[in-house]
Amino acid sequence: MSTYYEAEDLKKFGEIGRHAKPLADEFFRYYGLVTGQDGALTRREKALIALAIAHSEKCAYCIDAYSTACLETGANPEQMAEAVHVAAVMRAGVTLAHAIQMNNHLDKLVL
Amino acid sequence: MSGAADPSPRYDFEALLAARCLALPPRSVGTLQLNLTKLCNQACRHCHVDASPARRERMSRETIDDCLEVLARYPEIRTLDLTGGAPELHPDFEYLVVAAAALGRQLMVRHNLTVQLDPHPLTGASLAHLPTFFARHRVEVVSSLPYHQAYFTDSQRGAGVFDKSLEALRRLNAQGYGQPGSGLVLNLVYNPVGPYLPAAQASLEADYRRELRERHGLQFNRLFTITNMPIHRFRLHLEKSGQYAAYMDKLLAAFNPAAAEGVMCRDLLSVDWNGAVYDCDFNQQLGLRAEMPLHIRELDLAAALRRRIRFGDHCLGCTAGAGSSCGGATT
Repeated sequence: MSTYYEAEDLKKFGEIGRHAKPLADEFFRYYGLVTGQDGALTRREKALIALAIAHSEKCAYCIDAYSTACLETGANPEQMAEAVHVAAVMRAGVTLAHAIQMNNHLDKLVL
Repeated sequence: MSGAADPSPRYDFEALLAARCLALPPRSVGTLQLNLTKLCNQACRHCHVDASPARRERMSRETIDDCLEVLARYPEIRTLDLTGGAPELHPDFEYLVVAAAALGRQLMVRHNLTVQLDPHPLTGASLAHLPTFFARHRVEVVSSLPYHQAYFTDSQRGAGVFDKSLEALRRLNAQGYGQPGSGLVLNLVYNPVGPYLPAAQASLEADYRRELRERHGLQFNRLFTITNMPIHRFRLHLEKSGQYAAYMDKLLAAFNPAAAEGVMCRDLLSVDWNGAVYDCDFNQQLGLRAEMPLHIRELDLAAALRRRIRFGDHCLGCTAGAGSSCGGATT
């Protein structure tokens, strides 16, 4: 294998149960319940959340899968791009929020 | 596999039906769909007809009269569905509409909107009168609008098509199309701008209704979602981009027996510009002629209802997910 991420591997996701099938079955049942139907959130809203998390978690498989899922639930590129921006500002905000920790520590250190 | 476009047994539709114990015999011939011409003012990237301004095939007046004679002979055929290419570019389009209206048939035209605004590719003539003409003869208008934004629409149908489509919709609305109580029906068609399945029809219809009304002041009746067929121009795109197998696998994985029950070929016949008869417009474009007389003038309706519909791998496009037909989702 030349790289760690191969697009073809996405379709092998179902094989994660090879050595622990009951656990994988439970996961996929839960996965289907959460993402596969409208609930308090629509499937489109869930797909946009998943797309944002796919970027935040830097999962190439998930970005492919949920870019398609967003289109198949009627989302458009503007909505998808905004979802990615939500992920981006959350990561930036989380980073910057830790500056409080830095400041607190500086307060202790600096005379 | 009935001369299907792909010999791969993986996508053998008839074997799939047999494995699911599904039989799909004809139910009626409620609709006669005529493909009047392959000439079109557009050359859309997904077009299963490979229609374009360069095409010249068109139905003769004699064959049009044969179709009218069939309509007169069989009142069970309630709907005449006119498609192409852009059917309005046929020189006898208005002759046919007037004559079919006189027979009391429901008339539908697959109207690409921009043909109202573009000059005729061959004659340069304006077709700006079409909304008035449609309204006068109570023609139901079915128009492709791949999305309620320009990005997807222009990607699929060409630069500037979205803005022209909005202007054409304004002109149809001005005639009463899509307006409550007018009885003038304007339905829109969504199809994906790539190898993926359409979103749920009701959800997308609500989006279109809100966005077109709030942003553009436009109205319509219903939105039909249609799946892209893996044939001709779209198939070539899939093959060139290395996505053909993945798309076919997606269609196969999404096979829905309930959608299969509702496939449109069970209730219509399709006629090409030569008068040859097919089970649907997709079979027509693939050259899969119906198992019945060679020409529409020889139509025997009782025999047509006993025919075996010809299926191929492309039929997976009509049976995936919520299903797909000229009238949108089938479930």
